[in-house]
Amino acid sequence: MNTIIKVKDLFKAFHDHEVLKGVSLDIEEGKITTVIGKSGTGKSVLLKNIIGILKPDSGEVFYRDSRINDIKPQELLEFRKKIGYLFQNAALFDFMTVKENIGFPLVEQLGMNPGKKLDDRVVKLLDLVELPGIENKFPSELSGGMRKRVGLARAIAVEPEIVLFDEPTTGLDPILAQSIDSLIIKVNRELNMTCIVISHDIPSTLHSADKVALLFDGTIQFAGTPDEVMRSDHRILKQFISNSFRSRGEI
Amino acid sequence: MKVFEKIGKKIATTVDQIITFLKFFRDCFKWLPVPPFRFGQIAEQVEKIGIESIIIVSLSTFTTGMIIGLQLVNIMRLFGGETFAGAGVAISISRELAPVITAIVLIGKNGSSMTAEIGSMKVTEQIDAMETMAVNPIRYLVIPRLVASIFVFPALTALANVVGVFGGYLVSVKVMQVNSAAYLNTMYYWTDPDDIWTGLVKAVVFAVIVTTICCYQGLKTRGGAKGVGDSTTTAVVISTVAILIADYIMTDIFISFLGL
Repeated sequence: MNTIIKVKDLFKAFHDHEVLKGVSLDIEEGKITTVIGKSGTGKSVLLKNIIGILKPDSGEVFYRDSRINDIKPQELLEFRKKIGYLFQNAALFDFMTVKENIGFPLVEQLGMNPGKKLDDRVVKLLDLVELPGIENKFPSELSGGMRKRVGLARAIAVEPEIVLFDEPTTGLDPILAQSIDSLIIKVNRELNMTCIVISHDIPSTLHSADKVALLFDGTIQFAGTPDEVMRSDHRILKQFISNSFRSRGEI
Repeated sequence: MKVFEKIGKKIATTVDQIITFLKFFRDCFKWLPVPPFRFGQIAEQVEKIGIESIIIVSLSTFTTGMIIGLQLVNIMRLFGGETFAGAGVAISISRELAPVITAIVLIGKNGSSMTAEIGSMKVTEQIDAMETMAVNPIRYLVIPRLVASIFVFPALTALANVVGVFGGYLVSVKVMQVNSAAYLNTMYYWTDPDDIWTGLVKAVVFAVIVTTICCYQGLKTRGGAKGVGDSTTTAVVISTVAILIADYIMTDIFISFLGL
């Protein structure tokens, strides 16, 4: 299987606080890779370094064989067109309707003009995330789960190669969380997009991921399939998994 | 020793912030002439900054004109030269008060709202979202505001000239009983086109200063609602001080170097 994103020995600190202390991780093309870890361990920082919103202090990020650190701003913009990003709180533009939010990357990246073609595309995307008929609503009129699904529709609007999900199920009830998991699987299997998911929701992760990586103390401490996760004797991983199930009342 | 360390850190941070702002300022002018020109967004901002500010700017400069008329007639009457109040009002309004009062009103009404809007977008990751969609926030958010301000500030200043001079005339002639013909005569005789256009040039410079400072503060907002509040306060304070300093510098250049 091809490696689509390669993170090599990545370091990132904010002032004196070291967040990433040498993260190395391979993301396989066409798979769902989930990075798990406690809150505040730098999972979102890792995603933002991958897409270039944050610059690493040292280390490298490769997209296929191209090193994307220090690339020119124009090349970075081109690289970002290959990636969709679902933010933790969806980050919908609150001054735009759902239609304008989903249409935004279509207009800005693909140069589509407002009109029937664009409207049809938005309707299709809303159908995909199972939210038909909400085109003219504003984000403030939507629930948390709906906002995330609209955010997902926006993230996949231009059919990127890779979609990054930043804690997609955080703050959602188990049923909504499950529906988001199903959407991630749908995006991966039906639209053939590589998915990188940041999560601390172990049941969700084990259900949807092809590969699980544990970020702890600034480094990747474990990486393997969900089966390998369940069989692993890794102390921190076991502790993390048992705590996660206990908090859900499943042990 | 710790005191020196603190002072050193403060100076280093301030220098760093100034350098970052200058880079942002350079980027604004780098992107200003580059298409696509977002006419829809520019028109929206013209309406918001310009049309919706007509009443407040008119009210502020009308009152200022009245105050200046009252003061000048009162002072000049001591020398028997109250008719010269007409020239005094027109020159002080067009050279100084119209651009400065307009800019201060627009800082309070629109500069603060630019910082708060962009700041809220920043803390809710909407700016990051824009960047991940390969859209440059400076081009999308700052340039339309900058272009609109460059047109609106001088337009409102021109309106402020008319309204302010009219306010001064009303008080001087109707309240202070100055002879209307003599008042208008001194005004026409002593007021030059230079007085008008130097004020309008100031308005354009103020537009650039206010918009870049307020948008920059919005873009560097951190830390939730408190961060948005802090950025907005900082933007208003810095823009106000900056336009007054810029006003002095431009006035000095116009008078000392250009002889205007």
